Amino acid sequence: MSKVPKSLPLDAGLPIEISQRRRMWAAFRRNKTATAGGILAVLILLEAIFAPLLSPYDPLEQDAMARLSGSTDAHWLGTDDFGRDVLSRIIWGSRVSLVIGIFSVLLGMLVGTGMGMVAGYYGRKIETMIMRAVDVLMCFPDLILAIAVTAVLGSNLVNLIITIAIVMTPRFARLSHGQLLKIKESEYVIAAQAIGAKVPRIIVRHIFPNIFGELLVAGTLWVGVAIRLEANLAFIGLGVQPPTPTWGNMIREGVDVLINAPGISIFSGLSILITILAFNTLGDGIRDMIDPRLRGA
Amino acid sequence: MFKYAVRRILQSLPILLIVLTAVFLVVRVLPGDPAVAALGDYASQEAVEALREKLGLNDPIWLQYLKFLGSLVQGDLGTSVITGYPVAQQVRRVLPYTLELTFCAILFGYVLGVPLGISAAVHRNSFIDYFNRIFSLLGLSVPAFYLGILLILVFAIIFPIFPVVGGGEFWDLKDNLRHLALPGLALGLLMMAYVTRMTRSSILDILREDYVRTAHAKGVLERIVLYKHVLRNAMIPIVALGGLYAVVLIGSSVMVEIVFSRPGLGKLMVGAIKQRDYTTLQSVMVIYAVLVVLINLATDLIYSFIDPRIKYS
Repeated sequence: MSKVPKSLPLDAGLPIEISQRRRMWAAFRRNKTATAGGILAVLILLEAIFAPLLSPYDPLEQDAMARLSGSTDAHWLGTDDFGRDVLSRIIWGSRVSLVIGIFSVLLGMLVGTGMGMVAGYYGRKIETMIMRAVDVLMCFPDLILAIAVTAVLGSNLVNLIITIAIVMTPRFARLSHGQLLKIKESEYVIAAQAIGAKVPRIIVRHIFPNIFGELLVAGTLWVGVAIRLEANLAFIGLGVQPPTPTWGNMIREGVDVLINAPGISIFSGLSILITILAFNTLGDGIRDMIDPRLRGA
Repeated sequence: MFKYAVRRILQSLPILLIVLTAVFLVVRVLPGDPAVAALGDYASQEAVEALREKLGLNDPIWLQYLKFLGSLVQGDLGTSVITGYPVAQQVRRVLPYTLELTFCAILFGYVLGVPLGISAAVHRNSFIDYFNRIFSLLGLSVPAFYLGILLILVFAIIFPIFPVVGGGEFWDLKDNLRHLALPGLALGLLMMAYVTRMTRSSILDILREDYVRTAHAKGVLERIVLYKHVLRNAMIPIVALGGLYAVVLIGSSVMVEIVFSRPGLGKLMVGAIKQRDYTTLQSVMVIYAVLVVLINLATDLIYSFIDPRIKYS
């Protein structure tokens, strides 16, 4: 636990910030699971970005002669009921998952953190109002809230991002609110108030940097949650509509032919599992990096 | 204890009221006219208008709201326009299935997860610890419906031991359990992963506390330190987080019910959305919210029982 590498200069005239960053980076790299998760997440990101170059076929191209072909030299993971290449569809499917997963969390983080900090900083009526609204949203399990909101908004890509952001917002609000209450009474915030710093400046310069770590950890872990939510919605039939390839859609289509071609569901599901796993290990790694006390916990 | 319980129950009432209001409002802004949904797109204007009148959709919104609350208090969830049945009757039919599934999963998770988590924490970095870490990481990452599909593939298609779909006859114990096995396992494994993980990390936290070192130093037996000092204190976060995960589990139960075509609230809800059956949707959401409020209440009460400090704060 106390393996601070001796080679690191404790005070080599460097600003403390940099040496701390270096120490954290070293801690991250020492954590093999986290490194693996990080690399995996980057690879999946690249997969999504370069999908057109990577996929051997057009994901929508149908080949009536090769339906449910199973694994062949031409189609490594076989073809689906319409003769579409499963591998290509899985590669393209990463786009929807990642776009929705990442952007919904960013949006939820922006709105939720704003709400939580305003509530925590100003207190009184504003706090009661905001946090009651958060309580109400938290009264519904994630998926049930997501299903209900999708029913209102409909399900195209942008609306799904908004839907899942709505689910994420109360989580971020609660997290940042709790953190803020902890920090609000700290000496440096009181000092800043005493010298007459304006509220936005206090929040941005003094409070935000101190809760950023927590937000980053939660955000990374919740990308996994968001991706799972999207897959759930797609599996129910409330996600991005076919023929767009998404992993959830593919699993649902695969279930109909589970006996003849179990590969379709198995591999699409595996993609979801690996992606969520990557973000979970990455998030755990970042937490260990920021908070060395919890290392290995 | 009693005073705390009463206070805590009273506190959850306003939340419940706001939740009910929120559900009412959300269902009112859903796109599409329920009357049109019931009669089909080709219904005549007069028929739609007549049905709207009958459903009370032409009433001012505050009157609809009061009627909604009034009938809820009487246990009346309205009548579904789509199926023509009272919603309460449908809910009563499927609720036992959902409760059974969730309850079994929670039980499964705690009974297996707590001992696994304890042994992983006590024998840190041993084989069992590594197994436990991989298991819980997988459990946190796998979507419930995917796990369900894998179980169906193995235990219903490759080795046809269990039935693939349906919930069986609820009061026929053997049939019920046969149909519960796979969905229960799918959800139970998830809960077990959550429980193992948090048990391990709460115990590790407490093993580092000063009072544990003190107990060791004064020569208290290892076993007694573990049971009296560590476990008792670790129970607090385990119970608190357990409530949180139980709520997550209720969400996942929706997916499991759909994968296994098992009757339940989740299946009722998704069916209601697809048919634009807003009366049913509204009621199911209310029931879910009530379940969550009840779980939170139960968590807090158990919590105050384990940790007497809570009562006074």
